[in-house]
Amino acid sequence: MGQYVMRRLLQMIPVFAGATLLIFLMVNVMGDPVAGLCGDKACDAATAARLKAEFGLDRPVWQQYLTYMGNVFTGDFGTAFNGQEVTALMAASFPVTARLTLVAIVFEVVLGVTLGVLTGLRRGRPVDTGVLMLSLVVISVPTFVTGLLLQLLFGVRWHWITPSVSLAASYDELIVPGLVLASVSLAYVTRLTRTSIAENLRADHVRTAVAKGLPRRRVIVRHLLRTSLIPVVTFIGSDIGALMGGAIVTERIFNIHGVGFQLYQGILRQNTQTVVGFVTVLVLVFLAANLLVDLLYAVLDPRIRYA
Amino acid sequence: MRGAAPPRRTAALAVASLLALTATGCGSGAAADGGPGVLSSSWGDPQNPLEPANTNEVQGGKVLDMVFRGLKRYDPRTGAAKDMLAERIETEDSRTYAVTVKDGWTFSNGEKVTARSFVDAWNYGASLRNNQKCAYFFGYIDGYDQVHPESGEQTADTLSGLRVTGPRTFTVRLDQSFSGFPDTLGYAAFAPLPRAFFTDHAAWLKKPVGNGPYRVTSYVRGAQMSLRTWDAYPGPDKARNRGVDLKVYTDSNTAYTDLMSGNLDLADDIPAGQLTNVRSDLEGRYINVPAGILQTLAFPFYDGKWDKPGMEKVRTGLSMAIDRDQISRTIFRGTRTPATDWTSPVLGAAGGYRAGLCGDACRYDPKRAKALVEEGGGLPGGRLRLTYNADTGSHKAWVDAVCHSINNALDDDRACVADPVGTFADYRNQISQKKIAGPFRAGWQMDYPLIQNFLQPLYYTDASSNDGRWSSQEFDGLVDRANAATDRAASVKLFQRAEEVVRDQMAAIPLWYQNGSAGYSKRLSGVELNPFSVPVYDRIKVA
Repeated sequence: MGQYVMRRLLQMIPVFAGATLLIFLMVNVMGDPVAGLCGDKACDAATAARLKAEFGLDRPVWQQYLTYMGNVFTGDFGTAFNGQEVTALMAASFPVTARLTLVAIVFEVVLGVTLGVLTGLRRGRPVDTGVLMLSLVVISVPTFVTGLLLQLLFGVRWHWITPSVSLAASYDELIVPGLVLASVSLAYVTRLTRTSIAENLRADHVRTAVAKGLPRRRVIVRHLLRTSLIPVVTFIGSDIGALMGGAIVTERIFNIHGVGFQLYQGILRQNTQTVVGFVTVLVLVFLAANLLVDLLYAVLDPRIRYA
Repeated sequence: MRGAAPPRRTAALAVASLLALTATGCGSGAAADGGPGVLSSSWGDPQNPLEPANTNEVQGGKVLDMVFRGLKRYDPRTGAAKDMLAERIETEDSRTYAVTVKDGWTFSNGEKVTARSFVDAWNYGASLRNNQKCAYFFGYIDGYDQVHPESGEQTADTLSGLRVTGPRTFTVRLDQSFSGFPDTLGYAAFAPLPRAFFTDHAAWLKKPVGNGPYRVTSYVRGAQMSLRTWDAYPGPDKARNRGVDLKVYTDSNTAYTDLMSGNLDLADDIPAGQLTNVRSDLEGRYINVPAGILQTLAFPFYDGKWDKPGMEKVRTGLSMAIDRDQISRTIFRGTRTPATDWTSPVLGAAGGYRAGLCGDACRYDPKRAKALVEEGGGLPGGRLRLTYNADTGSHKAWVDAVCHSINNALDDDRACVADPVGTFADYRNQISQKKIAGPFRAGWQMDYPLIQNFLQPLYYTDASSNDGRWSSQEFDGLVDRANAATDRAASVKLFQRAEEVVRDQMAAIPLWYQNGSAGYSKRLSGVELNPFSVPVYDRIKVA
């Protein structure tokens, strides 16, 4: 197991380097970032040149990349155009998005798995058909539509929530945005769990458990659900990264000042330091989540063994 | 690895915690309360560090306008430059100005505002070393080219044209005559700065200290700034409320939704999609007034195809092919007014605005448009690519409409195509590298309400915002004479003659004057927008 973890950690290095290099190149391909800094006017040449030198934009891209990565390893993510340290931006926004992601994951796990188990055990019944139809609707409606609709109904019409999330972004404010963010994945989790449960109902170990005369509840939770959760855990694990990076739409709708907000601003202003810094951290989150998923396999299914 | 909690218990815990969250939440209704008399207002994240000479966009300017007062201030209603901290600004030759600062003004930290507060601030703003994006505002002052050379190191630290002559007096010597100079001094870049700005710059940036009616009490960058009324403010325009909370919104739609639900008091950017129902939504609490913003289409004069003799006919023809009335009505819902000159109505007739100066050239006339384009030798390359940046400002809708209008007039479905550029930075890039091959969007928001500001930076040879690189000796000569004229009326007349040159050559097609729009909650009264489309915060009353 230890060796496996070690190997996985080593594999992360090329993935990490490749991903950051790609994003670095992509941001740079878009041209000179300083050009957009002076509003509808052209920056005067001398100031522009000085700004470029200050941000290291006057050197060749490969050199910029190496310097940047060198700095990253010492914890220096550079300075955003508004004079703020990128690390300060991260410190302000990652906790907010982490909370939002947590709420979304809780929804996925609780609602998604529960609905999945319910429908998986009652295939073909009205409950099953109903949930399937509902999940189809959720999957096919884009997030921004769900988001705006809930915001309008809960926020403006019924005054249950405030339409925008305050600066503190506490958990209670994040429930509706979290639900919106989770919605599509939630539907997938439901469907995945349902299929997996239905399949495993016929598995040997479940039949054995039933034959042993174990109570139905115990059969479902300990024997059926445990093995059925493997594909679901894979999905949720890879979803952590996707949710954090993909929160741009949800965060915009509810005015949450998280990672999505910073990334959006960074891209709009073509701010290399912000974009590359945030993506770098997101890549790390992705990699860590994937590793966690792989390790969880062993916990969930004793049949899976790693050398 | 067997120690993990069984799934059942995890799920139960999660449900319980979620229920607990739901129970505690949801009740936080009116979050718009920063205390009695304090209003909340929508804001955008300033692009640059908040320093007077480093702020060139509306969002940062909004704060500077609350926190600072300069020698002059533009009247929120008329836009006229009026003395604020200036007791006297005297000149004999429009070139050397003697400034006397009023007595009794202090910064909110107690420091006195003196002549040095201005001179130090201006020297800081002009110095190349400080990377100030509005440094060019000091370009008229003698010695600017030593402090801010176009290339290489600066050879002086201070502007030779600035001299402190007493505690409250200083002189400014310009490198050319410029009679409008005192009127430019209301711009935020000319604000005075306290010593703290220079001695502890980082702390000052975290919490700017100025001499205006408001003090910054807290500032979380990218999120919120709280400003409270400064009780000891010595000026005549004391705030009529207790303070303002500026909240950053990424999306003006969310700000609007917040306004509708009572979570926000003032939104000063009504999203285009809401314009249809804003009047009924807000029941009269909607403002839509002209601002000093003009949208134009510029041409790439650096490309020989657009600069040939005879092309002015093609350009004029294109101008006549655009149905401004219809586009303003249908796409902008009356938040734009079809332009009939190259300035803005906020200048007023005395300031140089002349309705109809453009004449027939700005009137929709598809038949003459087609004839003129043909007379001028047709479109260069047979086709028009209309370039714009697609990331902000919902430009796509009107660019498509303009193209459609041109196609209709020229009776050719393929005459004009829209050519979006992904980001504003890339767009600016292509403009500065002269890569754009056809007409392109060129909005202009005035820096100060002077006719000079609508013409010189945009059309003077090699001027800072002359993106199309248009050049005319006749125009340049008239502008020089206008700047030198000491009599204001005579100066304005000369500028208008220069504007006629722009018209005859159709150096850029004026499209429409832009309005500022805002909506506010029932708690507020006395809300107005100044000619820069920024709310006049100090006049707002909170019920």
